[in-house]
Amino acid sequence: MSTTPQRITVTLNSKPVGTEQGRSVGAVLMGEGIKAWRTTRNEGKPRGLFCGIGACYDCLVTIDGQPNQRACMVEVCDSMNIEGDFDA
Amino acid sequence: MSAHEEFAFDVAVIGAGPAGLSAAVAAAERGAKVVVCDTGTQPGGQFWRHRPESVFPEPDGHGHHGWKTYLDLRARFDAAISRGLLRYLPNTQVWMTEREDAGRFVLRLTPATGTAIEAATVRAAKLVSCTGGYDRQLPLPGWELPGVMAAGGIQAFIKANGTLPGKRFVVAGTGPFLLPVAANIAEAGGKVVAVCESASLANWLPHLGAASGVPGKALEGAEYAGIFAKHRIRYRTRTVVTEVLGESSAKSVRIAKVDADGAVIAGTEQLLEDVDVVGFGWGFTPQVELAVALGATTRIDADGSLVCVVDGQQASNVPGLYLAGEVTGVGGAVLAVAEGLVAGAAAANGEAPSAGTARQIQRHRRFAGAMHRAHPVPEKWDDLLADDTLVCRCEEVSHGEVVHARVELGATDARTMKSFTRTGMGWCQGKVCGFAVSCLSTKGADDAGTEQASLAAFAKRPVAAPLTLGEISTLDSRQPQDS
Repeated sequence: MSTTPQRITVTLNSKPVGTEQGRSVGAVLMGEGIKAWRTTRNEGKPRGLFCGIGACYDCLVTIDGQPNQRACMVEVCDSMNIEGDFDA
Repeated sequence: MSAHEEFAFDVAVIGAGPAGLSAAVAAAERGAKVVVCDTGTQPGGQFWRHRPESVFPEPDGHGHHGWKTYLDLRARFDAAISRGLLRYLPNTQVWMTEREDAGRFVLRLTPATGTAIEAATVRAAKLVSCTGGYDRQLPLPGWELPGVMAAGGIQAFIKANGTLPGKRFVVAGTGPFLLPVAANIAEAGGKVVAVCESASLANWLPHLGAASGVPGKALEGAEYAGIFAKHRIRYRTRTVVTEVLGESSAKSVRIAKVDADGAVIAGTEQLLEDVDVVGFGWGFTPQVELAVALGATTRIDADGSLVCVVDGQQASNVPGLYLAGEVTGVGGAVLAVAEGLVAGAAAANGEAPSAGTARQIQRHRRFAGAMHRAHPVPEKWDDLLADDTLVCRCEEVSHGEVVHARVELGATDARTMKSFTRTGMGWCQGKVCGFAVSCLSTKGADDAGTEQASLAAFAKRPVAAPLTLGEISTLDSRQPQDS
């Protein structure tokens, strides 16, 4: 593929991070070395991507203020705010 | 065109993977007015998942099988859209299906991501449900650690993003699907430390007749053998991961040889260090809940999955409901395409498949049956579970709690287990733990029907996707949109 995707900036818990168009929120987080962005409500355990295709709901994250979005299914766009239980 | 006609169709297709695309194309090409609802943002499903076309307009199909078939179906799909015969609703999840008095199907829709939706309800005279499946999982110690993923999830990550979710991978479970996952990882630049296949390849010997009916699979096998040799990937048979180790994420895995029943052979344990991603796949779980909610008859397939019963035209026992792809038995994309074409044609005008197509479907079903028998879930898979191993990831229910509920409280089916322990009551509604919970609940039952009843009860999810109370409360106000 010869297409060069456009560079964009998203914020991870308010920290600006450069990435490129055409990636999932989960991929951008993983690309920054963040493997978990949610803690479970009972035992407070870290969770990130698991099924990767929208079935398991383990990878829930807040996107542009909307909670409980599946990080594996949402594509990043410029200026997107991604918030969760992680250190950016 | 009034708003009423806008959302009333001859045929509704759920899913735009191999089966759904085929069904949609077959129906539209016979003149039916078709609507396709799919959770993806572009056609292809899991099998033909590719990078976003908005950014990469011309995917080259690298790492895909049957890409020419996809391009052909896609061209016909797009042509049907431009001829006004097909309405495509991407990023759309069907959360409920019902049959009205007139026999029409009503599909209630919610956005898969975000909040915008084109139509909240569609109605159609016929329904073709091609909802596919996802990796079947078995719990084991450490499987809840970040870095542990579904094998198919790793592949989806690579196909959709063009990057890897880590550096050093172990792929484990059973079935031929582990091979393309490992190959995709290696070709994308990741290190595959090991592929652990619980079955013995000698399991294929009794099924060579069925395998020879589908020679294309042997070619795929040869291709993977080449990739494995090139990247020096170790393919270990009769081997399982017994534990994933790490504090806040996966760091290493313990593996061991197993006997024919899946019991660990003492003295064969080994530690594989410096592993940051572990991918598990124990076959696939078909997503049957929408069909089950409509009353479709189910059976247990050779792989232990709950699947729907169809006739030679892919028709279920529910009048007007057709099913194609993994929901009728996990069998891969070639079979799904063939079934989708039959289902779409039948839904459009009652057309029956040609003798050649019927034979092709039978051949692929025989192959799938052989595959399932050669790659069973190990009988003693639950030997690996400790008391504190999580069984239900969402509600954090431990193996100890499940055993206690079965032995002390008489929870001997998945539904009772759910009531007592909350297994399957969280976000995923048992999609991930359902198979394991059903196995653990019915453990020791000698009635073959028990497991089927247990799985069937678990697949009853009238609300098939999480949604907000707000969405339910607007149901009535949505009616005028369609009438």
